[in-house]
Amino acid sequence: MADIVPTAVDDIPSAEVAEVDLYHARSWWTKYVFSQDAKVIAVQYSCTAIAIGLVALVLSWLMRLQLGFPESFSFIDASDYYQFITMHGMIMVIYLLTALFLGGFGNYLIPLMVGARDMVFPYVNMLSFWVYLLAVAVLVASFFVPGGPTGAGWTLYPPQAILSGTPGSEYGIILMLVSLALFIIGFTMGGLNYVVTVLQARTRGMTLMRLPLTVWGIFVATILALLAFPALFVGCVMMIFDRVLGSSFFMPAIVEMGQQLSYGGGSPLLFQHLFWFFGHPEVYIVALPAFGIVSDLLSVHARRHIFGYRMMVWAIVIIGALSFVVWAHHMYVSGMNPWFGFFFATTTLIIAVPTALKVYNWALTLWRANIQFTLPMLFALGFIVTFVNGGITGLFLGNVVVDVPLSDTMFVVAHFHMVMGVAPILVIFGAIYHWYPLMTGRMLDEKMGQFHFWVTFVGAYTIFLPLHYLGLLGVPRRYFEMGETSFIPASAQDLNAFVTVVALIVGFAQIVFLFNLFRSLRHGKVAGRNPWKAASLEWQTDDVPPGHGNFGEHLPVVYRWAYDYSVPGAPDDFIPQNVPSNAVAENHAEAPSAADGIEAPRT
Amino acid sequence: MGDWSSDQRAFKNVPWGKAMMWIFLVSDTFIFSIFLLSYMTVRSSTTVAWPHPSEVFALSFGGEPIPLILIAIMTFILITSSGTMVLAVNYGYRKDRFRTAVLLLATAAFGAAFVGMQAFEWTKLIVEEGVRPWTNPMGAAQFGSTFFMITGFHGFHVSIGVLFLIILARKVWRGDYDRGQRGFFTSRKGNYEIIETMGLYWHFVDLVWVFIFAFFYLW
Repeated sequence: MADIVPTAVDDIPSAEVAEVDLYHARSWWTKYVFSQDAKVIAVQYSCTAIAIGLVALVLSWLMRLQLGFPESFSFIDASDYYQFITMHGMIMVIYLLTALFLGGFGNYLIPLMVGARDMVFPYVNMLSFWVYLLAVAVLVASFFVPGGPTGAGWTLYPPQAILSGTPGSEYGIILMLVSLALFIIGFTMGGLNYVVTVLQARTRGMTLMRLPLTVWGIFVATILALLAFPALFVGCVMMIFDRVLGSSFFMPAIVEMGQQLSYGGGSPLLFQHLFWFFGHPEVYIVALPAFGIVSDLLSVHARRHIFGYRMMVWAIVIIGALSFVVWAHHMYVSGMNPWFGFFFATTTLIIAVPTALKVYNWALTLWRANIQFTLPMLFALGFIVTFVNGGITGLFLGNVVVDVPLSDTMFVVAHFHMVMGVAPILVIFGAIYHWYPLMTGRMLDEKMGQFHFWVTFVGAYTIFLPLHYLGLLGVPRRYFEMGETSFIPASAQDLNAFVTVVALIVGFAQIVFLFNLFRSLRHGKVAGRNPWKAASLEWQTDDVPPGHGNFGEHLPVVYRWAYDYSVPGAPDDFIPQNVPSNAVAENHAEAPSAADGIEAPRT
Repeated sequence: MGDWSSDQRAFKNVPWGKAMMWIFLVSDTFIFSIFLLSYMTVRSSTTVAWPHPSEVFALSFGGEPIPLILIAIMTFILITSSGTMVLAVNYGYRKDRFRTAVLLLATAAFGAAFVGMQAFEWTKLIVEEGVRPWTNPMGAAQFGSTFFMITGFHGFHVSIGVLFLIILARKVWRGDYDRGQRGFFTSRKGNYEIIETMGLYWHFVDLVWVFIFAFFYLW
């Protein structure tokens, strides 16, 4: 086939620089708590992200309870509801998904997959986690201050975000903004590490076009984050000024409770531009790592090379670039010049081209492949279906004329939950089932995993398909309760109650997953080396789980891409990246590490 | 530069710290650009007249107001400091400890002078003119808020730079980089490359000032 990247070049250049010395922890504290090892930092990031994500999950239950059974819960009033919405959205998008994909998977997988001993600046990497933890602590603190957390909606649009009618306008909004600024500072420290590690710290033979797509996805997403977060940072700083010092960056002349406020002359639209200049790339900061990871899951578990590797890489890069010129499609109803709407609708629809290319390539990877219905494969397949669904409603909303009537309805909620809520979270689950054996040496329980997958996947559809329909009916989002309206039939309420029940069931199914995570730590089946027979470098370490420094005495040398599965003529159905072509004929069931004495030919 | 997609390193002969500083500066460029774009936006959105910069930023010498005189001196000082920084990098690579340390300290002194004059300018605006982030007797309130925010953010960058220059000068003076002692923000052995990395940051702060100067004082 023409598009297979030529692999197995035995002509490996010699090392350009000597290895740098590695920091070795001397005490328990520096080994497990203030650790500079990317793998420990990854676990710290992941645990923190999942813990705060569980808070957001509970908030979503409370919201669903209110929507499904209005006037039944005395402990939820309208202010609480807006606070739940705001914190649920903000936590899920930033503190869970961004932190887990980049801080969690990025830290664990980048050094292992590119053949490095650690990130380039382990100390800065450690600081990154602690600043992130501080950001989470400030966020959590906002639940306990007078007035509670902010209820401005996760987009925090001024002027309402800082006016006294909005819940949490006393302290909640300030803590929210400070927490976001801290998150950005912490992320920048980590993000610089990820980018430089991918660019400058790869092992011999690991060219950019031999990187697993997981690394490509995380790499491009990190670049997006480094360029998009500044807009949010500046927006946060200016809103803190407006709220605390009384400046008027975003505040027009405004009357509140019959009183003319001292604000005047600012531009609320400016904040929307800043927020969405960050907010749209943010969608791809979450989606691109998911794209990359799912490509690897499909390839490994279908025992087939990824179809169109080069196209997949360029699609990631092009999606990343385009994501910076589409932001105002979130602002069609904000009042823009119609030509802007035309421009942003066009760029938005153009993004569908590289995205569709990726979906076709995933489908073609599976075409006549030896598909293993393992848990990671199930979640990967679930992702493709969900992502296509959510993407297609995105095409609806990308058109100005379709978006204007659907704007601020449940249709939008259903769209973004499918495409950037459920879809990436399915990938996260698949990735955890895939890499858990590497991290712990034990497999996750298969039966519990099957239960978890089917309840989550079917449940997600049962929740969000009805929301599309409710949106088409005209049910608005962000409403505490619908009350009686002439255009929404009373039966819409029954559907809402049904969705709530399913949401609770799906939520509780996640407890099975958490139980599985903890139980398998001790009682899981011992995985052994490379249980999935994967070809990429992270499974070729001397120790499983990999120890400090990742690889043995010598760094591995890479002779081929990460997708040599079912190669005709090879004794096994996979060839690890560090096996030279003259060694393929020998049995390599036990993948050789560089320490086994395979010396690269020097040129 | 070599082939970007080749193995090991995309940018040949670029040390990790330097690559990291470049990427950080790209990110920081976005921050300053967005600050300046926001300044332009509020300057056009406000309904009150914008004060005249050449009058606001004038100093009187012998009864004659000279427009922009302070800011001209500040800009000159900051650009001069870039010159001493370049020399410091040069002597650093020659491992001339004495000259490197002196030039680093000179750069830090110029930077500190810049921040000091900025403090003087702020004091004059706040105490004598009565400008605040939320109000401005000379016109649009956004004048004060953008001025304090943007020059403050830049001044913060300069101050951080001065701090690190002093630390660096001390390490050079002691000969840390000849003995390969641990650098800061890393557990690895430091070397003279860090002076070039520091220089990148310093020139960037200098370059940003040129834009702030142009957009704030000349417009």
